[in-house]
Amino acid sequence: MPKQLHVFVENKPGRLESVTEVLYKNGINILAFTIQDRGEFGMVKLLADKPDQGYLVLADKGFACAVKEVMMVAIKDKPGNLHKLTSVLLQHKVNIIDAHGFVIEPGKKGVCCLELAETKGVKQLLEKEGFGLVDEERLAELLL
Amino acid sequence: MKKAYWNEAQETSSRNTLKRLQLQRLRQVIDRALKTPFYKARLRRAGISGSRDIKTLDDLKKVPFTTKDDLRECYPDGLLAVDLKDVVRIHTSSGTTGTPTVIYHTREDIANWTELVARCIVATGASSKDVFQNMMSYGMFTGGLGLHYGAERVGMTVIPMGSGNTRRQIQLMHDFKTTVVHITPSYLLHIYSKLEECGFSVSDLCLQKAYLGAEPYSENTRKKIEELLNVDAYNSYGLSEMNGPGVAFECVYKRGMHVWEDAYIMEVIDPHTLQEVPAQEEGEIVFTTLTRRATPLLRYRTRDLGFIYKDECKCGRTHRRLSRITGRTDDMLIINGVNVYPSQIEEVIMRIPQVGTNYQICLEKDGALDKLVVKVEIYSKMFKGELGELDALRARIKEDLRASIIINPSVELHEPGSLPVFEGKAKRVVDSRQKL
Repeated sequence: MPKQLHVFVENKPGRLESVTEVLYKNGINILAFTIQDRGEFGMVKLLADKPDQGYLVLADKGFACAVKEVMMVAIKDKPGNLHKLTSVLLQHKVNIIDAHGFVIEPGKKGVCCLELAETKGVKQLLEKEGFGLVDEERLAELLL
Repeated sequence: MKKAYWNEAQETSSRNTLKRLQLQRLRQVIDRALKTPFYKARLRRAGISGSRDIKTLDDLKKVPFTTKDDLRECYPDGLLAVDLKDVVRIHTSSGTTGTPTVIYHTREDIANWTELVARCIVATGASSKDVFQNMMSYGMFTGGLGLHYGAERVGMTVIPMGSGNTRRQIQLMHDFKTTVVHITPSYLLHIYSKLEECGFSVSDLCLQKAYLGAEPYSENTRKKIEELLNVDAYNSYGLSEMNGPGVAFECVYKRGMHVWEDAYIMEVIDPHTLQEVPAQEEGEIVFTTLTRRATPLLRYRTRDLGFIYKDECKCGRTHRRLSRITGRTDDMLIINGVNVYPSQIEEVIMRIPQVGTNYQICLEKDGALDKLVVKVEIYSKMFKGELGELDALRARIKEDLRASIIINPSVELHEPGSLPVFEGKAKRVVDSRQKL
């Protein structure tokens, strides 16, 4: 499964900037990011071209960070397609801890990143329902 | 001013009579202390094997000091001088590093304590006609039960509310026409700030007296409280090792707290040389219990700083007066009337693996009340990248601290390396509270 970089940051000016600075100075490209907020702190989640290297350079600077595997589902950029995905997950009572999505080619291709409470069997389930899953190599291709 | 006494003979007895009684009781308490394993060893080493070695009050100086550490090391029963079947109550307090301390009381001990509290109450001019709302915590904290028993003894109408629940406190003060409250100064100011919100003004209440204790405050705060609430405020002093409240209390003249010297021998010492300092000079307050059966304590170092007034009090009581507490000789913090050592907080947070080595203890004011904010750095090696784990970590720190120091702190999680690094724990405490 593709890897996502999770970084703990305090909610105050300059913290996100210090994360992007470290990544930029090490030539790491960010495809997408989201921030999960808890008031005084939050979690920055990044999809980057070299997540393991990103982890090392951030940890080296003292950041509390981790690399997490996420499920990436390719969705056609058409009305109702995200709903189709959430409906399938609901039918099988799969709970979503956190998610974010983005469009790669407008009108054609979008991606949904999912952190799930339980991943067992979900891949097969989604494939059976006709969803394409993005693996690490395909993510790298998207980033080209 | 009207003079009223609970026990006039004892409270106004001549200094010489008082000193004779002190000597007689000191000799008794030495013999009782010798029944405990702790004092048996310690007094023998000092060459004291019985009351025969105490011939004058000056001989007390041969007795070594007792400290909070001694109490911790004696936990649970190294200082118990009676058979457990004769004990009717136990009060423990959490120690500085997790080991608690304990004071046992016999029926007679409770009766003596109650008598002292009754004297305090009457010394302020209160009587059985008063309605007394006790807003100090009950339970292990001695402030609640101590005043409660004394107030019932005097015959006051007692409302045992304990602390907290401001809206209900105000409602009951109004409905039962409370005339006397026992409360921390910060909580009383908090109640004042909430009066209007609850639909009342000071003139809707019948409050006349406030007994203020459990935390230090200045003469200015007393004046402020007296003006805002239109009451007489009286300073109260006590510590659980010496029963609790009732050790010293102000009379209607409100200039220093009378220490009941038939129950305690008070000394004020230089904390470095351990030599007694003269009246009016500040030093560490040391007490010897004179009447306690279950847990006699000799020359107990309170770590509280204060001085003894030299002049006599116009109220006619011959028992000398202690100043308000001016400070501590250790790093103990008083947070909303609860005593907390920074080491207790450190102990709790440092046993949690997801916490880094750096932390900060911040004390702030939230309105009139104290607020404890514990800031910790998260430990990057234990970090798994999930917000859920951070929520759980914060909840665990809060819960562990609440269980250990009986205070609900705010907990802040910080990035590794983001808090200032200090040598020594004292610097980790940032107290930005304005002095009351």
